Amino acid sequence: MIIARILGTVVSTQKDERLRGKKLLIVRPLNLDGTEAGSGYTIAVDTVGAGYHERVLVVAGSSARLAEGMKDAPVDAAIVGVIDTVDYVND
Amino acid sequence: MQLARVIGTVVATVKNDSLEGRKLLVIQSLDANLQPQGAPLVALDAIGAGTGELIVWCRGKEASFPFRREDTPTDCTIIAIVDSDKHVTRGRR
Repeated sequence: MIIARILGTVVSTQKDERLRGKKLLIVRPLNLDGTEAGSGYTIAVDTVGAGYHERVLVVAGSSARLAEGMKDAPVDAAIVGVIDTVDYVND
Repeated sequence: MQLARVIGTVVATVKNDSLEGRKLLVIQSLDANLQPQGAPLVALDAIGAGTGELIVWCRGKEASFPFRREDTPTDCTIIAIVDSDKHVTRGRR
């Protein structure tokens, strides 16, 4: 899982049946200290009700399908948690 | 599977229901010489690891196998604690 920040949203009306009612969010990977890691982005399906600018946990690959409500959905990234705090040792 | 060092913890109150009660740890992947390699990741703990410990983690869909495999969304899980740094050896002793 990676830590990412929500940068924005994607609205799509015509989409796969299994994505109906799901929120698509644009996320950018973060470093542990909260700074952005590069300029890349991923579109991830929201499973927890995350909002703009929040720090979230993103699961990638086939595991994304295992999140609640994502069964058999054509997704490769899912937001599975909203982060309160990250504690780490800096060496 | 790869070696990593547990370097921290993540707290997330709002999370996918299937992650309820699970421990989230920050890990730094290591190369075979136990030197840091790549960016830190957040891993689900399946074994009871703690900060500072050397561990083995598993990536991909298989990472969900220690849990209810059909509904645990994780792509990175700690599946073993290495006894100590000295218990990682290369070549002949």
